[in-house]
Amino acid sequence: MSQSTLPQPKPEIGRPRRRIVGEQKVTGTATYAAEYAPENLLHGYVVNAKITKGRITGIEERAAREVEGVVEIMHHLRRPKMGYFDMQYSDIDAPPGSPFRVFYDANVQFNEQPIALVLADTFEAARYAASLIEVSYEEDPFDVDLHKNLDKARKPKEGIDSILKPMPPDDYGDFDRAFGEAAATYEGEVYHRSQHHNPLEMHATTTVYEGKGKVTVYDKTQGTTNSQMYVSSALGLKMSDVRVIAPFVGGGFGSGLRPQYQVLLSVMAALYLKRNVRVQLDREQMYTFGHRPETLQRVRFGASADGKLTAVSHEAYAETSRFEDYHETVVNHAGVLYPVENVHLDYQLVPLDRFTPLDMRAPGGLTGVLAVETAMDQLADRLQMDPLEFRLKNYAERDQSTGKPFSSKELRACYSQAAERFGWDQRKPTGQHPRRGNRLVGHGMASGIWDAIMLPAKATARLTTEGKLLIQCALNDCGQGAYTVMSQIAADELGLPFEDVTFEYADSKLDASPVQGGSFTTGVVGSAVKAACFALKDKIFHLAQILDGFPLGDALLPDVTFTGGEIVLHADPSVRIPFTEIIAFNKGKALEVSKTNIPNPIKLKRYTRNSHAASFVEVEVDAQLGVVYLTRAVTAVAAGRIMNTQTARSQILGGMVWGISMALREETLLDHNMGKFMNTNLAEYHVPVHADIGELDVIFVEEKDDIVNELGVKGLGEIGTISMAPAIANAIFNATGKVVTQFPFKLGDL
Amino acid sequence: MNNFHYERVTDVDTAVAAATGAGNSYLGGGTNLIDLWKYDLAHPEKLVDLNGIDELKEVTELPDGGLRLGALVTNNKTAYHPTVQERYPLLSRTILAGATPQIRNAATNGGNLLQRTRCYYFYDAASPCNKRVPGSGCPAREGHNRLHAILGHSEACIATMPSDMCVALAALEATVRVRGPQGERHIPFADFHRLPGEKPELDNTLGEDELILSIDLPARGFADHHTYLKLRDRHSYAFAVVSVALGYELDGEGKITTARIALGGVAHKPWRVPAAEELLVGQAPSEDQFARAADALLEGASGFKHNTFKIDLAHRAIIRAGAMAHDPSCQRPGAKPSL
Repeated sequence: MSQSTLPQPKPEIGRPRRRIVGEQKVTGTATYAAEYAPENLLHGYVVNAKITKGRITGIEERAAREVEGVVEIMHHLRRPKMGYFDMQYSDIDAPPGSPFRVFYDANVQFNEQPIALVLADTFEAARYAASLIEVSYEEDPFDVDLHKNLDKARKPKEGIDSILKPMPPDDYGDFDRAFGEAAATYEGEVYHRSQHHNPLEMHATTTVYEGKGKVTVYDKTQGTTNSQMYVSSALGLKMSDVRVIAPFVGGGFGSGLRPQYQVLLSVMAALYLKRNVRVQLDREQMYTFGHRPETLQRVRFGASADGKLTAVSHEAYAETSRFEDYHETVVNHAGVLYPVENVHLDYQLVPLDRFTPLDMRAPGGLTGVLAVETAMDQLADRLQMDPLEFRLKNYAERDQSTGKPFSSKELRACYSQAAERFGWDQRKPTGQHPRRGNRLVGHGMASGIWDAIMLPAKATARLTTEGKLLIQCALNDCGQGAYTVMSQIAADELGLPFEDVTFEYADSKLDASPVQGGSFTTGVVGSAVKAACFALKDKIFHLAQILDGFPLGDALLPDVTFTGGEIVLHADPSVRIPFTEIIAFNKGKALEVSKTNIPNPIKLKRYTRNSHAASFVEVEVDAQLGVVYLTRAVTAVAAGRIMNTQTARSQILGGMVWGISMALREETLLDHNMGKFMNTNLAEYHVPVHADIGELDVIFVEEKDDIVNELGVKGLGEIGTISMAPAIANAIFNATGKVVTQFPFKLGDL
Repeated sequence: MNNFHYERVTDVDTAVAAATGAGNSYLGGGTNLIDLWKYDLAHPEKLVDLNGIDELKEVTELPDGGLRLGALVTNNKTAYHPTVQERYPLLSRTILAGATPQIRNAATNGGNLLQRTRCYYFYDAASPCNKRVPGSGCPAREGHNRLHAILGHSEACIATMPSDMCVALAALEATVRVRGPQGERHIPFADFHRLPGEKPELDNTLGEDELILSIDLPARGFADHHTYLKLRDRHSYAFAVVSVALGYELDGEGKITTARIALGGVAHKPWRVPAAEELLVGQAPSEDQFARAADALLEGASGFKHNTFKIDLAHRAIIRAGAMAHDPSCQRPGAKPSL
């Protein structure tokens, strides 16, 4: 009998599945970090500095202590011992420099720096008492203005973060000559202010004091392992004495990639008072730490008369703090997207008296591609070429910036499928679309690119005594659906129905996981899960081989199929060995394998590995009033194998909304005289609402990639975001003739 | 949030008596007061909860053909009230252009009149602000002032009144009926809010301990020709950058007999200039006529670093609103304005 007659269950990978935690999330039964309620819980409320730079000279806490329910007030003069070395405050996502140390000393380095913590029996008492604390300061002059300090811009310091965020390649060719000789040129600027993450769930940590210096920490984080390492190292605790748990995260977008100050304060207070402590930030305090950096970019693009891009200069100046060199890959992508031979790239930082910026969805890529893709449209306009035709004319078959081939690249298919779905053939040159009433109509498109990153990760697979599968990894998920996808991968590998797979996650006592970010979780942790499941399969098979009576004869692993909880022999499908029989043979004990998946850097390094996308959008712009309406958009994505078409689509839709926000809505307003952000609430910090979003459509382009990882997955977290914002800007230009150089584009900008 | 006394009352006289004294505050929907309290900007010592006063929760006909909107009727109940929709669709539409359904379900009519400015500096307890701490200064002048005034501002304050509803009430020439320890009085809407001058801490002319009982609408509702045009930084749940409430009546020859224009988002109060409205009387509605009225309405406007664009935008918005008011498709109750 041939193998094809075996019952083959429909593969889990590639089918739509709801998130396994979706129901808990939407019914309010999911427990978030601020909702754990251990006994005798103390509530902490943070006091933030009201100056931008200087020193604390006094903290008057008498009135606060008189508030009923107040137990303690902590600050730099009243706290447990903390680490001395910078290294102790570092974390997986830390840029080079001296990480901020909360409550370390009297110095104030940025406005709204956390400087005291009031602990009380209720949150309300703590917050009220906090308002009664009077802090006196000695103020120093400060500077938070990016534009005024461009002369102080300098190259970033390099650190381990340069592995994930490489510095731009050296210049190649001769930009000045090529730009001078170009038949068509465009010079322009792109600027955006800082932006803040604003996840629905605000940062919070509930610490359970377990006695003898041990703590269990329910944290809002994008990496339980990262938080565990950070807390134990900063406070000089043993890793094994700190357990971090974070099964539900109400949105991260990068804000939880680095442990934030509330986690250290919560653990510090728990250790100091030997009590259970919760520290919860409010919405305003969500604007007191990392953010997407304010960035000014200058582009100079040149092309030949026949539409070949010949010269690219891309320069960026971004804010960072005085104490860390946060950097992004802002200028790295033009040379990868387009095969241009004369390239000048420069990325510099301007240190200011602000908190260190932090990765925010598609960090760097969104910023840089916005400048590249709007410049491409300006050049197309000067060449009187269709923007899509111009991009196809400059399609990169290889990565010109390194000379390497792409591991896979289906951007051309993204262009053609999205263009067809959108109806790009209806596009007219700038200003020539027929009006709809008072509204001008514009069509725009843009390309997107993001890196397919690979890292090591570890996972454990266990065949339970019931013959079912348990997967374990410390990975936690902000909502994208990682738990579901991991379970799907495991189910396919062991041939079990999805329902027979349990995934244990989000606990630092499990196998260490990288943070959830950079679009790499499915590829990185998924590969580890696959490897662990494969190893378990191997172990199961070895036991099956020595079962009483040797039912499998001399068959090897390729000669059997794992399906429906059984091992089935190809040569004789009547030979079926249930997993439960293996367990019985193993004296009723579960089988377990842990596996670390270590990518092969030599193989990976031979290729440029990127996901790609193309967005096509239509806007209407009120001709007299300048109001912009996004009417519809199509994004096509090539990101390798799509594991779960439902969660994948949601990821891309969310990314598209984020792109709309970048183009038209969000920015944080910094007052340069006071050094502080002013619109720190959701009424004045404008994230999009439903009325801002037109009809959105997502296409997944088929793309096979054997290089990136064992699963052929490139990740979807960022790629949906990147092409939307420039496509909208290009559509506004198409409608109005106005070049968008400042984002977001707002009322009054036309 | 400080400890406070709480008293729930069931009639107006008890309410006024209970609230008399410094540090006491009325509580209606609480949609602004509670926020301000949490932000450490308001610190009531006693809260007089009005929600038990049933007589303030009614919409009633007035003998002069007008309509009385009880101070405790919620914004949403007002907006969806059949009489309001039929006779004052401008008011209905204006209310629905503001906030969110959740907020409008809690917010009351009286409270809407008293909401504080959305100036960033007013909302930040650590910033100087002449409105919050008289004499402390105004960082908005040199800071972020997109939401701020282009008309009627003073050296001390450039804040704007954030309500949408009040812009329509100004155009409708409503009256605010209030009662205080000295008894009852009626305040014409144009006199209710005030310009900042040297006393920006005072948003309005309501006396100490006076309670708003109702908003009384006159008979004229501009049901045939009206619009509320709101321009903002996102299409819902955002305060007006510029808004226009506009209504007019036509005679048999299509000439304007009465016109009203009020602007929101541009001043410390809904901005009306009766002389600008007079220019329209006797004219057939046209772009030119509304442009003339806009010139008069915006006379003397001056902006700051981030809001000078509002002068031109307001001018264009008035012209557009004039055209929208003429368009019958905008006039149906519940019809979505084209913006």
